[in-house]
Amino acid sequence: MPSFVNVEKCDGCKALDKTACQYICPNDLMVLDKEKMKAYNCEPEMCWECYNCVKICPTQAVDVRGYADFVPMGASVVPLRSTDSIMWTVKFRNGMVKRFKFPIRTTAEGQAQPTGGFNADPDLEGPVLFTEPDSLGCAVWTK
Amino acid sequence: MAKFETVQVETDLLILGGGMASCGAAVEAAYWAKKNGLKVTLVDKAAVDRSGAVAMGLSAINQYVGIKDGENTVTDYVNYVKQDLMGVAREDLVASIARHVDSSVHLFEKWGLPIWKAEGGGYVHEGRWQLMINGESYKVIVAEAAKNHLGTENIYERVFIVGPIMKDGKLAGAYGFSVRENKFYIFKARAVFCAMGGAVHVFKPRSSGEGLGRAWYPPWNSGSSTYFTLKAGAEMTCQEVRFIPVRFKDAYGPVGAWFLLFKSRATNAFGGEYMVERKDELQNWKPYGLVKPIPANLRNYLGMLDVMEGKGPIYMRTEEALQKIANQYKDDPKAHKAKVKELEAEAWEDFLDMTISQAILWAASNVQPEERSSEIAAAEPYFIGSHSGASGAWVSGPEDLAPPEYFWGYENMCTVKGLFAAGDASGASSHKFSSGSHAEGRIAAKAAIRYIVKEKPAMPTVDDATIEALKAKTLKPLNLFEEHSGFTSQTDVNPNYILPKMYMFRLQKLMDEYAGGVGSQFTTSKVLCERGLELLELLKEDSDHLAAKNLHDLMRCWENYHRTYQAEAHVRTMLFREETRWPGYYFRADFPKLDNEKWLCFVNCTMDPETEAWTMHKRDILPLK
Ligand SMILES: Cc1cc2nc3c(=O)[nH]c(=O)nc-3n(C[C@H](O)[C@H](O)[C@H](O)COP(=O)(O)OP(=O)(O)OC[C@H]3O[C@@H](n4cnc5c(N)ncnc54)[C@H](O)[C@@H]3O)c2cc1C
Ligand code: SF4
Ligand code: SF4
Repeated sequence: MPSFVNVEKCDGCKALDKTACQYICPNDLMVLDKEKMKAYNCEPEMCWECYNCVKICPTQAVDVRGYADFVPMGASVVPLRSTDSIMWTVKFRNGMVKRFKFPIRTTAEGQAQPTGGFNADPDLEGPVLFTEPDSLGCAVWTK
Repeated sequence: MAKFETVQVETDLLILGGGMASCGAAVEAAYWAKKNGLKVTLVDKAAVDRSGAVAMGLSAINQYVGIKDGENTVTDYVNYVKQDLMGVAREDLVASIARHVDSSVHLFEKWGLPIWKAEGGGYVHEGRWQLMINGESYKVIVAEAAKNHLGTENIYERVFIVGPIMKDGKLAGAYGFSVRENKFYIFKARAVFCAMGGAVHVFKPRSSGEGLGRAWYPPWNSGSSTYFTLKAGAEMTCQEVRFIPVRFKDAYGPVGAWFLLFKSRATNAFGGEYMVERKDELQNWKPYGLVKPIPANLRNYLGMLDVMEGKGPIYMRTEEALQKIANQYKDDPKAHKAKVKELEAEAWEDFLDMTISQAILWAASNVQPEERSSEIAAAEPYFIGSHSGASGAWVSGPEDLAPPEYFWGYENMCTVKGLFAAGDASGASSHKFSSGSHAEGRIAAKAAIRYIVKEKPAMPTVDDATIEALKAKTLKPLNLFEEHSGFTSQTDVNPNYILPKMYMFRLQKLMDEYAGGVGSQFTTSKVLCERGLELLELLKEDSDHLAAKNLHDLMRCWENYHRTYQAEAHVRTMLFREETRWPGYYFRADFPKLDNEKWLCFVNCTMDPETEAWTMHKRDILPLK
């Protein structure tokens, strides 16, 4: 059912003021069952399999099972995201396993400086944007 | 009925949506607002870190011009876009975005986005305009810069925008509700920037079971931009120019890297290459059919002709492409092995960064791209003015580039005073993609601040009666459900209301069958469009009976309401344009040919916000000033 929650691993994010999966899902699909303290996907057929709930879950309780209406059974794709890279484990239906690791950012989390360090002080009139022309590396083109 | 608190917010510039265009708008507006003592507020239905079409990440930046290194010129980009859209594009808008886009890309890199570097230090190009990135956190990084500049206290997440607040024919702000708590929102603003993305699920997708959500376009963008701008009285453009991408079949994994980076061929089931075998067909679509690169819709069309002749499936020859590259190292077994491994990782990363479902599908089908080909197919129609579609609001160009007919004071301002649009929300400026949408958001936000500073529009007031009326309208689906759901033993089936999912299926079915969806081979006609409009009218009447069980469903009700207006704008415009200009996107069976004499023009439309009466307009295609 696209994303699904392993009941043994999910603790309802009890240490946090809101659950991580509910916070992040772009389609508002993750819901916490307050009685069981377990999260679930309330509309699996509206899931894009974007994996944001999987990547953010602190207990690795969320996984994805390919769409039942066209994906053969038995495969899994599992990410492990750190502050600067992501590691993927791809398990094939026939048991083969492949691992890939890719960088995800070159700056420390939270440290993106809005000006990017570019110096500029343009005029409110005219087309020059706030970091330009420095961030362009040349003058703003005009006809 | 549960009580809903009414929250009122006053701001100078209101940014609607938190996607690429809005993050560009936020980072830019924050600078100019600080200088001028103004307040900027951003509202997103989701969490800005992972909202919009880039929520999953991307593996490429699709627009980079490379002006500083003389790689291409602004004019090159304008020509490319105009050809790809079969002659229908606003040169002033495309040029405006193209001259700023590199600046946004350079910022992304400084903010922390890893862009692939070649040995000499320059960017690795996927194609002429595309850069390869490690883009898993693309949206997180771009959102971070926007948040750091704007301040999180000025950001409202999980607030769904329903529509514009109009006062005496003027735009006064926006209203909406929280999908987390019982709160109704009134945002009063001196200027509004709209970038709530494009639309999917207007047409029936190919997968209608559990895979319903795996459309190419993300299921959370539902035509809110179109509804908002239309309902504010803005003139809209290119509402017929839908986009149908050809992608790996079923999971819709990207093909860009395969075609451009790996130089793969696509062939039919018998090994025939439709781009070669059907070359003569391109003569019928002159002059656009004869330029390089061949417009996307014509490439689609040639493949579709093969499929219609029973020569499908169409395959991406992945094994052949990878072998060809690896063979360059065949004399050095060690280098060969390393190259194969590198190519394999690149191929998988392309999916893992932006369409993880495709990786699951390959793994579940035991596909190894270096060993065998995979099917590609045309998806279903989407509305995405920032990609290869063109639908959106008709906006002003910049003073130094736009001819007088396209200029009314402030870049990216709609034909409604104080309303600005960018990204998927502005039309006739295709191929801006993630980077161009960000740049366009910046252009529009600066212009919006200039508008506030120069014109000094008064802070609008909204009287209590208006607020109560908007609140009642917004929450009606919850009340309907509460009032009637006890009438039947199973709440899904009830003669007093329609639930949002069934409403959506009804819309999708009629669009599929009458407006040229997958089920009708993308073909429509005057008669079909007219019949479609009759059915749409009935559906619109029934939208009064949409019912919601909870806040999540209330959002679904309004999403589908928005989709309905996107659908109507589309059908009306296809009906008006009596020709086939974009075969491969749609066919008018009764006018199967290009007709440059009558139809080399923009088709625009407006809807009277009060009466909802539609007017169609033809607008000239003009060169730069
Ligand atoms: C599958 C796919 C692949 C793509 N691949 C590439 C690529 O490789 N390279 C590239 O450069 N570009 C690519 N693009 C294009 C790129 O993603 C878009 O051009 C870009 O995201 C458009 O920006 P936007 O701000 O207009 O919309 P989005 O980024 O989609 O943002 C829309 C925002 O509006 C919010 N919203 C929607 N409705 C409401 C509402 N009612 N109330 C409040 N908020 C609302 C959403 O939550 C979101 O924050 C791709 C697009 C898709 C769909
Ligand atoms: S993020 Fe993980 S642990 Fe927290 S509620 Fe969701 S599934 Fe449970
Ligand atoms: S995979 Fe994405 S769309 Fe699906 S539930 Fe998780 S966050 Fe939501």
